[in-house]
Amino acid sequence: MPEQAAQAGPLPVVDFLKIPEKGDPYLEGHKCKSCGAIFLGKRTNCSKCSARDKMEAVKLSNKGSLYSYCIVHRSFPGIAVPYVSAIVDLEGGGTVKGNLVDVEPDPAKIAFGMPVEVVYGDALGRKDREGHSYLSYFFKPRS
Amino acid sequence: MSDVYILGTDMIKFGRFPDKNVADLGAEAALLALDDAGVSIQDIEALWCGNLMEAGAMVGQRILQQIGQTGIPVVNCANACATGATAFRDAWLSIKAGVYDLVLAVGVEQMGKGLLGGPGGRSGIPKEGLLGSGTMPAVFAEAGMEHARKYGTTFAQFAKVSVKNHHHSTMNPKAMYQLETPLEMVMNAEMISYPNTKLMCSVNVDGAAAAVLASEKKAKELGLKRAVRVRASVLTSDPFTERDLVMPDVNTCTRNAAKKAYEMAGVGPEDVNLVELHDCFATAEILHYENLGLCKDGEAGRMIDEGEVALGGRVPVNCSGGLLSKGHPLGATGIANIYEVSTHLRGEAGKRQVEGARIGLTHVIGLGSACAIHVLEKVS
Repeated sequence: MPEQAAQAGPLPVVDFLKIPEKGDPYLEGHKCKSCGAIFLGKRTNCSKCSARDKMEAVKLSNKGSLYSYCIVHRSFPGIAVPYVSAIVDLEGGGTVKGNLVDVEPDPAKIAFGMPVEVVYGDALGRKDREGHSYLSYFFKPRS
Repeated sequence: MSDVYILGTDMIKFGRFPDKNVADLGAEAALLALDDAGVSIQDIEALWCGNLMEAGAMVGQRILQQIGQTGIPVVNCANACATGATAFRDAWLSIKAGVYDLVLAVGVEQMGKGLLGGPGGRSGIPKEGLLGSGTMPAVFAEAGMEHARKYGTTFAQFAKVSVKNHHHSTMNPKAMYQLETPLEMVMNAEMISYPNTKLMCSVNVDGAAAAVLASEKKAKELGLKRAVRVRASVLTSDPFTERDLVMPDVNTCTRNAAKKAYEMAGVGPEDVNLVELHDCFATAEILHYENLGLCKDGEAGRMIDEGEVALGGRVPVNCSGGLLSKGHPLGATGIANIYEVSTHLRGEAGKRQVEGARIGLTHVIGLGSACAIHVLEKVS
């Protein structure tokens, strides 16, 4: 079974990461047609304005800016440290959390508001019990 | 409507008790509080028990099995780190509603050591260290860095919170630690999630605290001499805010609760003589000076720099040592901080006594999120 899993393409790390048959992967939001709030992941009702059945899927931007972050030096066993845990506001709406890569894990090298882009790549070699690979998203600085 | 009074309250010394269980610890605190109130379990009409880790295991009933199975109603409640305060508040509500005259609230927890916050995900692969961090030190570091972004708050200012709270706990024999931690020691301790070092993270300990609540009629009958009046009890949850899916918002629910609590108590933040607030991490304490209205937005860094929140300052915060040094047994924390403020209002806080304290405020946050605030007042 693990061999079959290896042959299939990678699975998305979260349900709001979409891997289309043609074209590039992207992050998907769900936007409330009543109030404009954007959520990650599928939902039926809006938790901002309580509207029912007004959600539509929207493609989120791959461009954003760093809202907040921390530098993780101690995590659970087996997790490589240090790394930057980042909160990113995407252009046009949506806020996403992930690893900020290609930057030194040093507060002097990280600026609030710095422009970042969403990039897609293998989930650090992590596989599930069936041997599936996963596609994840990361943030990296953009000029 | 008549007021509700705390007639007795106490806590066990926080620590690690591997030879005891949750019911043992809860029973100990319950008996201490009953003795402090001068009543017996036979007098108690209902029990609210706050415990998180064994929420399905009937902890309240197990406590009564140790101190007296009188057949009274027992409610076991869980509300993350607001669990104890929620148990207290629901006990308060029952008296406010006129259903009972004398009830007991107990908060109790046994904790392991180590990081809180799951590695994440029920299916697929672990997300920790892949999609950022879900550990509590990281989540609260990100909340602190949001404050740094807005107001330029520094690592040293966050660290000073820990220096202060550890200093306070040297005067509290019931705290887990009684150790001075100078600024260099705090800043040079192992970095867990920048800007929170190990000494800026709350201590996982076992603990229990309890309070006996009474109606005005019952309190007058039993004697008001050491009673404490509950001027406000407020519980909120987190309203929608734009980043709360990825960044739990502990600010808005606190601000909403504080506004309601001051209105209910008929006092303002300037009337408050001491505060026990939810310093689960040093970064969190800074946020709550502003959230509770102890200073204007953007002034929290100055408040810690100038010692306004230290014992002897304008509004001492976490005289007990706080979660950072007294320890944070999740379900017990909300009642332990009610015990602390009550002890000051009774003038019984010894070396750490806030002189002339008449009004105190307690605050806890349960991540996910819940906020509970109580405003307490000296009676005589």
